[in-house]
Amino acid sequence: MSDTPSSRQSAFDRRAFMVGAAGSALVPITARAAAEEARVPAAQDPALPVDVTLRVNGKDKRLHIDARTTVLDALRDHLKLTGSKKGCDHGQCGACTVLIDDRRVVSCLTLALAAEGQEITTIEGLATDDRLHPMQQAFIDNDAFQCGYCTPGQIMSAIACVKEGHAGSEADIREYMSGNICRCAAYPNIVAAVKQAAPEIMKG
Amino acid sequence: MRPFSYQRATDPDTAVRALGAAAAANNPLTHARAQPLAGGTTLIDLMKLDVMRPAAIVDINPLASHWSAIEPKGDGVRLGALAKMSDVAAHDEIQRSYPVIANSLKLAASAQLRNMATLGGNVMQRTRCSYFRDVSYENCNKRNPGSGCAAMDGVNRMHAVLGVSDQCIATYPGDFAQALIALDATVEITGKSGARSLPFAQLHKAPGNTPDIETTLQPGELISAFFISGRWPRSVYLKARDRQSYEFALSSAAVALDVQNGTIRDARVALGGVATVPWRAREAEALLKGQRFDDGLAQRVADAAFADAKGRRHNSFKIALGKRVVARALQQAVTMEI
Repeated sequence: MSDTPSSRQSAFDRRAFMVGAAGSALVPITARAAAEEARVPAAQDPALPVDVTLRVNGKDKRLHIDARTTVLDALRDHLKLTGSKKGCDHGQCGACTVLIDDRRVVSCLTLALAAEGQEITTIEGLATDDRLHPMQQAFIDNDAFQCGYCTPGQIMSAIACVKEGHAGSEADIREYMSGNICRCAAYPNIVAAVKQAAPEIMKG
Repeated sequence: MRPFSYQRATDPDTAVRALGAAAAANNPLTHARAQPLAGGTTLIDLMKLDVMRPAAIVDINPLASHWSAIEPKGDGVRLGALAKMSDVAAHDEIQRSYPVIANSLKLAASAQLRNMATLGGNVMQRTRCSYFRDVSYENCNKRNPGSGCAAMDGVNRMHAVLGVSDQCIATYPGDFAQALIALDATVEITGKSGARSLPFAQLHKAPGNTPDIETTLQPGELISAFFISGRWPRSVYLKARDRQSYEFALSSAAVALDVQNGTIRDARVALGGVATVPWRAREAEALLKGQRFDDGLAQRVADAAFADAKGRRHNSFKIALGKRVVARALQQAVTMEI
């Protein structure tokens, strides 16, 4: 099985096209970075990339990245796991929500270096074979999105909300899902989706 | 974000040494070359905004094994500084004996941020003043000492009415700190020369003429724990804000009472969202002690709490709102079943 959904898709999808088109312009920069790396391997020099191994959806991923890289940028730009979305990039919107050691966090304010040794679960890690996670299915069943940009974050947050025991009432769901903003205002349907999926998730 | 070196501290000594080594004399903590990274919800945000520009980050999260316990101590409770806000808010004994603490944490930020942010980092969070957070404004005495204050005659609806100076009116944004100051908490601090402790009320500094100096913590020092003496089951945290959830306070009150046979034996009142620092309303507390509660008393207490308040163009509404929050919080504390 492949690591990312995009590798299962046609090479002519929109993202693959954009990455491919930009790739040729990046070659000289990459070559220069590689030359610098060979010359000075000191990890503590802030100007140089560092080695980090992130455990993402059950697999170890070795990365050579700038110390400033957040988990969100590591996922999207380096691992091509673009399900987690960048909304505000300041921890205010929740679109980048992932689970780290089974707790929901905003990946845009988490440094990749600080997440080493922890288990990161993203939207790409939820489905098993051809079966969607119950929360993914519930979002479809309840039409819990319009544009869909906030949806991966909503779903990751919703799974944690249920597991924390905060999905016992609609009021609880609204309170404990308030860290995920939906610009399309699909909130009533999101609440319905969380309610639908909760019993199945608690059953395990 | 500017480049920085990253170092993971494995024990308190390493952390203190790494932070202390980078500390220059006479440089306030907020401008220190090396900054500790705990939950990162303030630090990484402000580094992205270019408001904070540390050259070195010392990741203190591995110290959680030393500094995150929630444990009984003496007649009270000790809260490790690296405990996560969500864990403390959900703790049975905290909910039972210190509802003001549990609710101040539960009503702050979002579920995700509460899973990340630590207690120590929470009390050290920086103001949300939009002129402080936006470096395109030159005039910010907190960011650029001596440059003036754009908020003074700017859009200052969210700004403070208590503890202000003619240099700065930025609001202290947190919630948990109000619970701590109300309950006379003690802060335990670890630094180069060992451990020290001080009353929580002495941690934050009002802006005065040096708004860039926000606390009495020195570069190289870390908060390791908070201690609260006694139990405060009759306590509430009431928070009024623009949205029902996930928003900073326009006005909040932490109230803790000891009521016996209808008489108030001890009373604590602290205010949030309206002051430049975590704010203890001692004049208001004095009016409550030895009294029986009624609506008239609540009104006098609320008036006393805001007697010295100074509103500006957009934030004067906070004085009327703040008084109502105090009166309602007192009402809730008196009538709550314990």
